[in-house]
Formats: sequence, C-alpha cells, structure tokens
Amino acid sequence: MGELIAKDKDVVVPGQVIAKGLDFLPSHGTYRLKDDVMANKLGILSVEGKVLKTIPIAGRYLPRKNDVIIGKVNDILMSGWRLDINSPYSAVLPLKDASFDFIQKGTDLTRYFKLEDYAVAKITNVTSQNLVDITVKGPGLRKLKGGRIVKVSPHKVPRIIGKKGSMVSMIKNATGCKIIVGQNGWVWMEGEPDMEVIVSSVLKKIQAESHIPGLTDRVKTYLEEKTGKKIDLSQINSEEKESEDEPRFQHRNNNGNRPANNNNHGERK
Amino acid sequence: MSEEFERPSKRKLDETRPIEAEAGVIKKADGSARFKIGDTEAYAAVYGPRELHPRFLQDPKTGILRCNYSMLPFSGDGSRVRPGPSRRSKEISLVSEKALIPVMNLEDYPNTVVDVFIELPQTDAGSRCAGICAASIALADAGLMMKDMVAAVSVGQVRGAMIIDLDGEEEHMDENEGTDIPVALIPSTEQITLLQGDGIVHRNNLIKAIEMVKPALKKIAEEQRKALHKKYNTQIGDQK
Amino acid sequence: MNQEMMEHIKQALKKGTRLDGRRPDEFRKISIETGFLSTAEGSARVKCGAAEVLAGVKMAIEKPYPDTPEDGMLMVNAELLPLSNPEFESGPPSIASIETARVIDRGIRESKTMDTKGLCIEKGEKAWTIAIDVVPVNYDGNLIDLGGLAAVAALKSAKFPFVDKEGVVDYHKRTDKGVDMKFFPIPVTVSKIGDVLVVDPTDEEEKAAESRLTITCLDDEKICALQKGGSNPFTADEIEKMVELAFARAKEIRAKLQEVK
Repeated sequence: MGELIAKDKDVVVPGQVIAKGLDFLPSHGTYRLKDDVMANKLGILSVEGKVLKTIPIAGRYLPRKNDVIIGKVNDILMSGWRLDINSPYSAVLPLKDASFDFIQKGTDLTRYFKLEDYAVAKITNVTSQNLVDITVKGPGLRKLKGGRIVKVSPHKVPRIIGKKGSMVSMIKNATGCKIIVGQNGWVWMEGEPDMEVIVSSVLKKIQAESHIPGLTDRVKTYLEEKTGKKIDLSQINSEEKESEDEPRFQHRNNNGNRPANNNNHGERK
Repeated sequence: MSEEFERPSKRKLDETRPIEAEAGVIKKADGSARFKIGDTEAYAAVYGPRELHPRFLQDPKTGILRCNYSMLPFSGDGSRVRPGPSRRSKEISLVSEKALIPVMNLEDYPNTVVDVFIELPQTDAGSRCAGICAASIALADAGLMMKDMVAAVSVGQVRGAMIIDLDGEEEHMDENEGTDIPVALIPSTEQITLLQGDGIVHRNNLIKAIEMVKPALKKIAEEQRKALHKKYNTQIGDQK
Repeated sequence: MNQEMMEHIKQALKKGTRLDGRRPDEFRKISIETGFLSTAEGSARVKCGAAEVLAGVKMAIEKPYPDTPEDGMLMVNAELLPLSNPEFESGPPSIASIETARVIDRGIRESKTMDTKGLCIEKGEKAWTIAIDVVPVNYDGNLIDLGGLAAVAALKSAKFPFVDKEGVVDYHKRTDKGVDMKFFPIPVTVSKIGDVLVVDPTDEEEKAAESRLTITCLDDEKICALQKGGSNPFTADEIEKMVELAFARAKEIRAKLQEVK
C-alpha cells in the first residue's frame, strides 16, 4: 500500500509529493499530510527502505561539535572574543581556549586577536540555546595571518575535501598553496598569486559540477592545464598525516548534537 | 452577460498572464528568485537566518520572518514613484509576511531573523502577489523549512465577469463595480494566507471567487517548484 | 579589512595579479542591455562579472526652476538596495548612495550632452524633467562606473512619452523621439591599493582600496567630472597615470555602448 512518486537522489522542493500511502515513514526534511509524504525543505531525497528523508543542499552552515571551521573576530568581550562563523549564530572563543599562555584578566586582548582577525578553530560545544564555543588550542588550530578567504557553499565542503582529503590534497600539490577548508564554507589559502587564482577557480568548478560523475578526473585535467604540470595521483598521500600546518580534515559523522537536524551531508556519486 | 466579457488581452476568464520564474538570481543572497507574470516583475532576496538586532525584537522560541516590499521608482504605471517606504509599501510588507509565515518553520533558529527583500522593476497590477510568489521561491532556495510554496494571484470582478489575474487595464476598467481581490494559497492544504479586497463584491461571489482562483494558484505553485528544479538540476558549465 | 589580508592583496598586485586573475588595468567583461522595462521611458541593465546594475529613466512635465525658466531638469538618484548585498541596510539613503548618485549626475549634467533648453515646453511654465534611478541588483563593487554607464545607456535609448492636446502625459504611449545626446560621458574610477592603480574593483577589492579617483571622460580628451574618494592622498604623477588609464578604458566602454541600440 503505497507508491513512491519521487526517486532516490531526486532533488525535491517544498510541497512536492514524495510518496503516497501510509507505508512510508517521513523523517528529516519530510512530513506526512493525510496519506502523502511531502518534502519540507529543498534537498536530495534519500530513500532507505520505507524511511524518506532529504539531504540539505542549500542553507547556511549549522554549527556542530568537533567541526573545524574558520571564523572572523567581530567583537572583543570581557572573557574572550566573538567570531562570525558564517552561521545564524556567532561563536565565542573563551580566554582559556585562546592560547596555551595563561591570559590574565585585564590584559589587552587585542594582543591575541583583533577585530577582523581570522582563525581556524574547532567547535567544542553547541548548547541547546545555540551558544557556540570554539577553541584554537589543538593541532593545526591558530590565528590565520595573511592569505585570503574564499567562500564556498558549506554543502559542497565534503566534495572539496574529498575522500580522506584526496581532492584538496591534489589541489594543494598542484598549486603549492596552503589550503584550509572550514566546514562552515570558508576556505583559507596562501600561495603564489597566480596559483591562488587557480585554486579559487577550481573551487568554483567543483561547486558547479559536484553532482556530475567523474569530477576528480576533470579537476585533475583542469589543474594540469592551468599549472602546466602533470599530476601523479600516486604521489599524493591520501591518508594525510597531521602536520603542524593543517588540522586533520573532519568528515561529518552522524553524532552531531543537534537533534532536529539531518547530519548526513554525504557525497553524491 | 459575464460570459461575453472579452478581456483586452484575449485571455480566458480563468487564465493568468504568461509566467517566468527563476531561482538563484542574486548571488550574494542566501536564497533569491525572479517572478514575472505578464508585465509585472518581482525580485526577492532572502538573507538569513541571521542575528537580529536590537535584542528586544528577538523571539527566544523561533526565528522571525521580516518582509520588505518596495517598488523601484521607474516601475509604476504612470509617473515616477518617489523612492522610500510609503504607507502602501509598509502595508504590503506586512500582509506579505503574514502570507508566508504559515508555511515556515523557523523554530530551529530562535533569536534570529530571516529578511526577505522584494523589489519590483516594473509593475502592471498584481505586484504584491508577484512579490509573494518570488519570496516563496527565494525562501525555498535558501534551504529553509517550509511545508509548501505560497502562490498568490488576484481574482476580481470586472463588468460582471469574474476573472483571474487582473492586469493594469482591467484594474481600471470598471470604476463603479470592479473588485480586485488578491489571494494567496498553500496549495497542498488549500488554506488561504492572504486575502484582501478592493471594491464591492456580493458575499456569494466572494466564495465563488475563492473557489475559482484555487486551480490557477496551484498552477502557479507548479511554476514556482519548476524554477527550483531547474536551478538544482543544472548541467556542466552552469554556475550556482 | 584586516591589515594582513590587505597586505596579501597588495603583494599579489605588485606581481600584477588580482584575486580573480585580472591585471590591474583590466575591466571584467561588460554586457549592456536596453529598453526592456515597460514602465520606464528608458531602461538599461549593465552586467560586469558578477555585478549587475539597473537604470531606469522617467520623464515628467513640471514647472522649471525660477532661476532657469527656459531649462528642463535632470536628476540622478541611486539606492544601495539591501536586496543586492548582505551588508546594505534598509533605511534612509546612505552617504555612499548619495555620493554615487551625485557623481553620476555631475558626469551627465556637466558633459552638456543634453540641451536642457531643448527640454523646455513653455518658458517659465512647463519643461521636461528627466529622472534617472540607478540600483544594483547584484552588488560586486564599482557602482559609480557601472551605474554611470547604465544611466547613460538608459538615457540614450529613452523615448519621450506621448503628450495629448491638453498637455497631459500619456505614459502608455511612447513617441519615437529620444533624447539628443551629443556625447556619452563614461565614468572610470581608478582605485589605489597599496602602490598599484586598479580599475573595476570587486566588492572585496573595494574594501582594500584606500582611495580612488573617478574621472568622467566626455570623449577621448575632455574630462567633465572628477571625484576623489577615500582617505589617502595622491601625487600629481599618480593623477596623471590615473587619467591615462581612465581614458583608455572609457574609450573601450564607449565603443561597447555605441553597439547597443
């Protein structure tokens, strides 16, 4: 009893009928209206047996514990700093999480972070009140000096990073740029100016073509054309060792602490 | 008598003007759309959810929706429209907001605001309805939780005939007994979220008008959904 | 913008590279479209990279100013629509929008491209007022240049509305008569980022620019309006270079404009 109207991996939009009949179970991003299951949100339909949910493809970044993000200081508080993290909510970096030094009360906090400074930080906690705490104490976490920031869709971050960091490693290798991809869609890079331009354009390409199979090969060809250098994929160490420079790339797991949200941003093949 | 009313545009009584709908036209916005019906064109941009200041406006239980409707100075039927908010544009902002809120669920975003900006570069009647249609696409484009689209169009009585989607000429045709009734609808539940009336209409005819406009609104909602599908099912080379 | 990032942009510029790979003296690709709005007597859309600006012309018959009874009137208005950029707020016109409007206005007015006496219908009683409104739809920097180009394009393609025997304007009917324009004034703003002169900055580059000079080029030799903006000073030498750069770009832009109806 029941008929699936839309297909697995279809793009669905609000008010679209996904399935008819009481057999199907609505989950994240879908809801039941009388006998039908409808889409509640723009997304990609995921059909797992009888469970119907949507994977978000649009919308601002929602902070999740343990995500590594890039933030920009927009306020200096008594007890730390407030950062814009490209989310509906800003994040707070408390004094104790800003430095391995002991920061005395009354110190001029701009010694550590000034307004408009960028930092790569890790989210330590997201409360039910949507208060977000971050830290810059940890491998690869730090204030960012110089370089430039490029903004991408947070939903494309998994494709940009690639399996075990393979996509971003290939880009780093080809261009010689340092690159840090924040889960919140902000990407920091630093390198030779014309190489940075290539990184910026390849990020645009990945976002535009992420749903088309064969992306990795197309990106490889694109990088080779633009840099004039051949890429040897076997040279790129996919299992990135942590260096002091780069924080380990996080793939979103299913244990975010936002009960109302769908956590699986998974890659479309 | 009303069956013989010939519309200047030669449209059928229940026919809307040609529609163009596009999503994602404003790159810096979190969601955006362009909706054109006949010669009335509306742009909508959504920014948010984002922090809401001043604090006293915040709602600790949910994000709020804030609509801002405006006509560009060169968009009016006759002479130039002075820029800046007018009483009319403020009222339209209010009813637009009320038309969209019933499908939205912003409970995941307490203390924030979702700002919707609607601007019209040209109008030929039905501007508030076009604005709501554009805003609805833009809100979906922004990835927000919404039960359904909200479709809006006017229904009215001109020279005894009940017609859908009055254009500028029809709006002015019947000075004595003409009525203009903008309606917005949630297609899946057939609930009405906008209802205004300008002119005299018999109470029975109002009910007839509402029933008459529902199919047209459902068709408009299909166009809105198509615009979103078109954007997200793009080919190589199409930039988001 | 933070100091170190500004430095980074400046270092890249020293090597002749901008954030999008352009050279400092290069404009993004421009496209111009006119005559597409039904309610405006003239209209233009200018796209430049990701930026998009609309201009609309409205004409009305009004009483001339008492001190210029034989002249019609020109007015330019600009609005930084919150629709076009998350950083623009609703509210009364910002100083940025006022400056943009006035610089564009000066460029067109001082070019004397339009004979304002030709706009007079009845001395002291009736004359045409031409209002040009410029708005960004997609904001990505360089509004003065793009808005100024859109304003001129809209004016160029504008047609007067029909006036009936009683002197009442019928906006539903347009005549074939356009605005006689002798020149096409093109504003080109040259910004200084570090030591490098740059044209057509994106939104991001604008934030790194400490000062700018808008030069409205009447033709290949004459300047009809100037505006320096920003806090840092220029040397006379720099100004000369900026003028040279402006005329080179203005010539190309004017050629593009002349291809459009």
